[in-house]
Amino acid sequence: MSSDRIVGIDLGTTNSLVAFMQGESPVVIPGDDGSNLVPSVVALDLNNQPVIGNAARQYLAETPERAVYSIKRLMGRGIDDVREELKFFPFRLAEDLQAGEVLRIKLGEKTFTPPEISALILRQLKRNAERFFGAQVTKAVITVPAYFNDAQRQATKDAGRIAGLEVLRLVNEPTAASLAYGLDKKQNGIVAVYDLGGGTFDVSILKLHDGIFEVIATNGDTHLGGDDIDNLLITIALHDTLGDLGLDLRRNPEAVQAIRKAVIEAKIALSSQPSVKLDVELPGGKRYLREITREQFEQLIQPIVDRTVGPCRQALKDAGLKPEQIDEAVLVGGSTRIPKVRALVKELFHREPHTDLNPDEVVALGAAVQANILGGGSEATENMLLLDVTPLSLGIEVAGGVTDKIILRNSTIPASATQHYTTQVDGQANVAIHVLQGERELAKDCRSLARFDLKGIPAMAAGMARIEVKFLIDANGILHVSAREQRSGKESEIRVQPSYGLTDEQVEGMILDSFDSAEEDFRQRQVIEARNEAATILAALDKGKKSAAWGHLTTDEKKKIAKMEKALIAVKSEDDYQAIRKAIDALNQGTTRLAELMMDSAVSTVLKGKTMDEADMGEGPTAPHPMAKAEFE
Amino acid sequence: MRAVHFCQACGKVQPPAPVDYFTFFGLPRKLNLDVAALEKDFYELSRKLHPDLNARAGSQEQEWSLQQSSLLNDAHRTLKDPIKRTQYLLQLEGVELEEQSKTATEQARSTGQLKKQIVPPDLLQEVFELNMQLEELRMQKKMGEDDPALIEEIGRQKLELEEKQESLLRELEYRWKMWDGMIQREQNGQPVSEEERKQERDKMVDVLNRRNYIRNLVRDVSEVLEN
Repeated sequence: MSSDRIVGIDLGTTNSLVAFMQGESPVVIPGDDGSNLVPSVVALDLNNQPVIGNAARQYLAETPERAVYSIKRLMGRGIDDVREELKFFPFRLAEDLQAGEVLRIKLGEKTFTPPEISALILRQLKRNAERFFGAQVTKAVITVPAYFNDAQRQATKDAGRIAGLEVLRLVNEPTAASLAYGLDKKQNGIVAVYDLGGGTFDVSILKLHDGIFEVIATNGDTHLGGDDIDNLLITIALHDTLGDLGLDLRRNPEAVQAIRKAVIEAKIALSSQPSVKLDVELPGGKRYLREITREQFEQLIQPIVDRTVGPCRQALKDAGLKPEQIDEAVLVGGSTRIPKVRALVKELFHREPHTDLNPDEVVALGAAVQANILGGGSEATENMLLLDVTPLSLGIEVAGGVTDKIILRNSTIPASATQHYTTQVDGQANVAIHVLQGERELAKDCRSLARFDLKGIPAMAAGMARIEVKFLIDANGILHVSAREQRSGKESEIRVQPSYGLTDEQVEGMILDSFDSAEEDFRQRQVIEARNEAATILAALDKGKKSAAWGHLTTDEKKKIAKMEKALIAVKSEDDYQAIRKAIDALNQGTTRLAELMMDSAVSTVLKGKTMDEADMGEGPTAPHPMAKAEFE
Repeated sequence: MRAVHFCQACGKVQPPAPVDYFTFFGLPRKLNLDVAALEKDFYELSRKLHPDLNARAGSQEQEWSLQQSSLLNDAHRTLKDPIKRTQYLLQLEGVELEEQSKTATEQARSTGQLKKQIVPPDLLQEVFELNMQLEELRMQKKMGEDDPALIEEIGRQKLELEEKQESLLRELEYRWKMWDGMIQREQNGQPVSEEERKQERDKMVDVLNRRNYIRNLVRDVSEVLEN
């Protein structure tokens, strides 16, 4: 039964979470550090072992070339899509990338595709859940931005497979949020969900009807979020330091990360404070100081916040609704904590938005609700059903490079369309089809999803063949294509390969890789941990020998300890972690009395240390600067 | 009779039958339909057919559920919209609306002539003037000039066109009534001649064409006004 447990995962740009349905309500599963949020940061330690989450943030500050964040921005994208991003994000692409190939990011000396990096985050969440349940977890519902296209969805599904998870459903983030909200408010009406996260923006308009959550329209921007605000502030800081100090920090990843950390803290503080003081230590002992008032901040981010207006208006228009017809507005995503954003939502939908649920957690909670529904439901989710839509129109290229739309955006999924093709020349065996996603008239302005050939058409006179092609978008928003030559009844196999996707074989290979290395990873980690522990206990012993307590031991006791110490030093350099552990345990036991004797003085030292630390922390507020100009010390 | 979508005894999803959208919902091929009842039926069937509610079933059933539920969604999407519904019925009746438009486009392309747009005669004068004004406004915008009077005048005409669009919908609804009456007579055992059927179809095609023309015109006007 426990193997059937399905978890809900929010794989976010900035943070990721895993949740499940505990009885009648969804709860977030914390990590081993007690935190509900796992920062979506992946690093490689010096032994090339992956480090994920809070632990990886340390690497971001100290060895940025071994760490990566906001990888979600690169999911399902090609090199041409991300050139703009590369100006603002310290993504280090592999040098030998070929055009049309899936991106690869360098971490230290190794390279990883975005789905592999996402898979490392997913595996961490999987581990957190497994530790929590004390049982294996193999099935999950993963959320994606509603405005994610086919390639981005496919990449997310691939990441799940690489992490050893069967992805039962991809759910759109705003829709998931509405499920979490709808759980305790079982009422009918029209709801607008405004979801501004770390890297993506979505707006969805839903009709709630006796437990059915029907999306009527959705819109968004998969490259708009809190990241953009951070980058704006970083750019200003870099400009200041260059202009005023003549210090070009753009090629100094450590300094950029220090500035990034400070501006994010400032941004967060400005949601609750009228002003904030930036204070960043720069290389060469200088300090970058800047006072930012909320007013200045709001002016600064206005253009970014305004970019959410168009999608909201379009969604209303597509839904055929006026703002006053919206019954509830719901805020999702960390960036909706910004007062300016809240004010905008109120203005757009003529409603005070709901904020009862934590905007960082609500998507994961909703994913857990959907996981529960897929698992057969419970009393809490009885009668609940999600009817979602495809965010982008699906089209095919016709003569003249024009897009012929065959499934319009905001169509309820699953949805299908059938097209008929014929041959142009006698005996023609192949017909080329170009599938597109997007709203523009011309094929070149739409996203190319796939190009494929209908192969093996039986020899016939031109125009005689009648090929029926069925396009089907499944409940995950992913396209499937099948074709049949109707005169001969010949069914042709078509695999839709997203233009920037991994092949099935590649994904398979990555799964094996991660399984193979999982065991090796585990062993190496154990050895490293055991050695660290050995070093700690040996150092403590050295300290103990110098303490007054050492004099209170008998000669026999001292002899025994020395023998065990020697044994531990001997096995420490070997690769057998079990032998190291055994020697540690022995020494631990042998030194119990020494430790007891040392206790008194140890306790007082620790307390003293703490008091001193605390005294260091509190720093009084400095006088605000009326000028926006930065200062340096 | 509605097509059989799931087993009456065990509730399991059945493979989709190759039926048209009307039959899928068990509706006669009539155009005046109760949209609220259709939606109710759509929700009810969704609760049985949707893949989320069949996620634990065998792989064959899951596949059927995917097929059935896409057919359900396609059918609902088509039938709930008055224009799509009419177009779909005409298509079932053998009218190749899309083909007509495609042929016209290809002809225009091969002869190098503009695609012939049939301007509704009662609009001829108006459309001519509107096109002149739109051209003028485009030029002004290009030069960075602004003529509030012209913008207001075009805005007023846009409103008129939208009203026209509405009245064409009324006209279409009247044609539905005629069509449905004919179908009813047929169901009651009275013979309906192929000639009469064709006449009714042609009249609907005519209304759709005129409405299409005006819709494109409104779209052009909006584009110029918004840019």
